[in-house]
Amino acid sequence: MQWINAIIQGVLLGGLYALLAAGLSLMFGVMRIVNLAHGALAILAAYIGLVIVQGTGVSPFIAMVAVVPIMAGIGYVLQWGIFNRALRMGGLAPLLGAFGLAVVLTQLMQLKFTTDSQSLQTGSLSIASIRITEQISIGVLPLITFAAGVIVIFGLQMFLSKAPLGRAMRAASDDSETVPLMGIDNRQVYALSTAIALGTVGIAGMFLGMRGNFDPNYGQAMLIFAFEAVIIGGLGSLWGTLAGGMVLGVAQALGSQMNPSYGVLVGNLVFLLILAFRPTGLLPKAVTT
Amino acid sequence: MTIDTPAVHVPRPHAKVRRATKSSWAGLAVIVVLLLAAPAVPYVLDKGVQGSLVTLFSLIVMATMWNLLAGYGGMLSIGQQAYVGIGAYALVYISDTIGLDPFMAVPLAVVIAGLFAYPISFLAFRLSGGYFAIGTWVIAVVLMQITLQIPALGGGIGVTFTGFSDLTPGRRIAYVYWLSLVGVALAVAVTYWIMRSRLGLGFTAIRDDETAAASLGVRVTRSKRFVFVVAAMGSGLAGAMIAANTLRVQPDSIFSVNYAVFMIFIVVIGGIGTIEGPILGAIVFFALQQWLSDLGAWYLVILGVIAIVITLFLPRGLWGLVSGDGRIRLFPVGYRLVRAAPEP
Amino acid sequence: MTLLSLSGVDVHYGDFQAIYGIDLNVAEGETLAVIGANGAGKSTLLKAIAGQVRASAGTIAFDGVDVTALPAHKRVPLGIALTPEGRRIFKSLTVEENLLVGAHSKRPGPWNLRAVYEAFPLVADRKDRLGTNLSGGEQQAAAIGRALMSNPRLLLLDEVSLGLAPVVVEQIYAALPTITGQGTTVLVVEQDVNQSMRVADRVQCLLEGRTVLEGAPSDLTRDQIASAYFGI
Ligand SMILES: Nc1ncnc2c1ncn2[C@@H]1O[C@H](COP(=O)(O)OP(=O)(O)OP(=O)(O)O)[C@@H](O)[C@H]1O
Ligand SMILES: [Mg+2]
Repeated sequence: MQWINAIIQGVLLGGLYALLAAGLSLMFGVMRIVNLAHGALAILAAYIGLVIVQGTGVSPFIAMVAVVPIMAGIGYVLQWGIFNRALRMGGLAPLLGAFGLAVVLTQLMQLKFTTDSQSLQTGSLSIASIRITEQISIGVLPLITFAAGVIVIFGLQMFLSKAPLGRAMRAASDDSETVPLMGIDNRQVYALSTAIALGTVGIAGMFLGMRGNFDPNYGQAMLIFAFEAVIIGGLGSLWGTLAGGMVLGVAQALGSQMNPSYGVLVGNLVFLLILAFRPTGLLPKAVTT
Repeated sequence: MTIDTPAVHVPRPHAKVRRATKSSWAGLAVIVVLLLAAPAVPYVLDKGVQGSLVTLFSLIVMATMWNLLAGYGGMLSIGQQAYVGIGAYALVYISDTIGLDPFMAVPLAVVIAGLFAYPISFLAFRLSGGYFAIGTWVIAVVLMQITLQIPALGGGIGVTFTGFSDLTPGRRIAYVYWLSLVGVALAVAVTYWIMRSRLGLGFTAIRDDETAAASLGVRVTRSKRFVFVVAAMGSGLAGAMIAANTLRVQPDSIFSVNYAVFMIFIVVIGGIGTIEGPILGAIVFFALQQWLSDLGAWYLVILGVIAIVITLFLPRGLWGLVSGDGRIRLFPVGYRLVRAAPEP
Repeated sequence: MTLLSLSGVDVHYGDFQAIYGIDLNVAEGETLAVIGANGAGKSTLLKAIAGQVRASAGTIAFDGVDVTALPAHKRVPLGIALTPEGRRIFKSLTVEENLLVGAHSKRPGPWNLRAVYEAFPLVADRKDRLGTNLSGGEQQAAAIGRALMSNPRLLLLDEVSLGLAPVVVEQIYAALPTITGQGTTVLVVEQDVNQSMRVADRVQCLLEGRTVLEGAPSDLTRDQIASAYFGI
């Protein structure tokens, strides 16, 4: 029973990882940028939420309504300020720029908020749960987080396949040199992509803060988990990312069930095993589209 | 449709291909003087300075190796701390537990780092670009997590290096200093040698266009793997130097991603893709670290901002600036076409 | 009335100069063919007009407006569209999506999905297929359709017939009268001299980045063209 419980918790945790990974996947898909600052930005979103919650006393869910556009704005500015230029420089510049950004953000958050752990209080929601059997119950907050992950991924998928901007993003991903010939400014498409990606990071960061503790250094782990979800799921496939997040979440939950200190290690090992034996991931793009 | 023969640039008859330049002779002179003077340091300067120099040397080794990997091999790793940790633990284990002479243990530790890197490369090479970067990082994290579970390596508490404990502190630090001096000279020399070899030429081709290089018969994966292993061995050497200098090896700190941060910032600031860049970068980084140490975490913020600005506006780094974009070279690795005066 | 006018245009790729002091004028409604051997600089010239590469000297004026400094994406709304060499269809988009991307600038005019499908039945049949699954001819037709979706005043076509079977080339060129019939000015680049002579009002021949011959097809002899083309 405990094991079944662990699997259920793991699946729900996977929704959070997928939520985190969606933005990473999107930026990579459109621009081939691996945003090494992704985790740090998720933590930044949580801190922005914390400041709003503490300043106004609203619930984190209300604060999220402000955090998402703030993060999107930050994404827009970062793209114009750093990444568009780095893309033009080529080579390792986008990665180096993102890495520098990750370090700077993490340090700045340490200076401002110290390394004490924080969390976003959700009151009675944090302990609310749905009882399935005697031993198995599902937390309401993890369930909401999971649902948010599915909704965000579904929404992104719809947006990419149906919206004119989503179409332009896919075109830019295929052939960025030709896109300007359609009268489309690549850099603007990129800036909007990053804005959307960071909007989802805003959602992810808020749920992260509601579900557990965070501190400025937590961004490293978040980047790694998001990355693992992307690779396990298969590059370029958002549904794969969701599956990857769930596999990772289950692996971590089962690991923790064995020994509380094994969770992350088992997750990493499962990731390495999949990398070794199924390097294209579980649901690579070619199969799903 | 007509098919043209591709334009082939035939060097003019009065041109010579040269490697060394005037400045590289001057550079050589400076290096020779430094190498001759450096071993005398323990007789002249105090222990604190020697310890600092060892730290500087370890930074130069790490940065030089990271640059070999990224600047020449095009592989951006955030996981070289894995080998720093392996080198450090291997030194302590071989010298203290097995009981070998520390001077023997250091080269063995270097080899062990390479032995780990070889199989790891097969895993890491399944990823490329930024995902390779995070993948190497995950591998480093896993090695740390496994180390935590091994009682023989002290688990979370770590180990203390006692190989030199029968020496007086003065002697000990002098030995570590000389060891590190040899280490740094070797690391730079090996990198220089690799870049001047055929392999180095192949790398320039890979960096410019991997597919084209492959079609010309450059063994891309093999060359990359070779460099990956060498870079790991170099990082292992740096780890051994750090362990011998600080005497404490703890999983959290020796496998810390901060080493990767230092390597990356040093190389970016100094100038990626040159031999001189990482050396200059390490000196600047070390100086800034001392100078900004009162600022606490601000120093990493400042360094990070500098690294971003340099990445975006000065891709050849400080060395590019002082050398006038490569006109001055202490270590000429490329070839230069020199037009000689026509014979009368 | 002159729609496009280049004067003294140079283009460099790094240290290498691809075209030298090109003067070129196209009147509204005219069809101009630029011909030349491999590497003569034809594609470079079209890219310079479309804004994909910058002119390092000289000026490019479109409808009297100096566009030399405008990036490519700002020239499309003015009415310049390029069908690039190699077609460059977006591979993971369907044909119809490719066309819709082409319509991004929302320039008003006669061309829309229906008009393109009518002009290119080849494209209509394949509208739901991914770009990656198209034959060369289908790609070429779709690429021209995609350019037309921006309702250009000036359509630049680079090597339409390259690598295509003669039948397919014929099919594609069959749409040209429809295009010019709408008043669209066309600048074609072809290596196939005969094809160019057939469709163009005027030809301009490039050799190693310089104009070596220009005139109406009827005024030029085969020998003149051959010697200009090969530089002999
Ligand atoms: N991106 C580039 N970088 C460097 N040189 C280039 C580039 N593109 C073209 N060139 C050079 O510019 C010259 C003109 O090339 P261009 O493609 O314009 O010729 P073209 O007339 O279109 O030839 P083709 O008939 O083969 O298409 C050639 O010598 C070519 O090698
Ligand atoms: Mg061409």
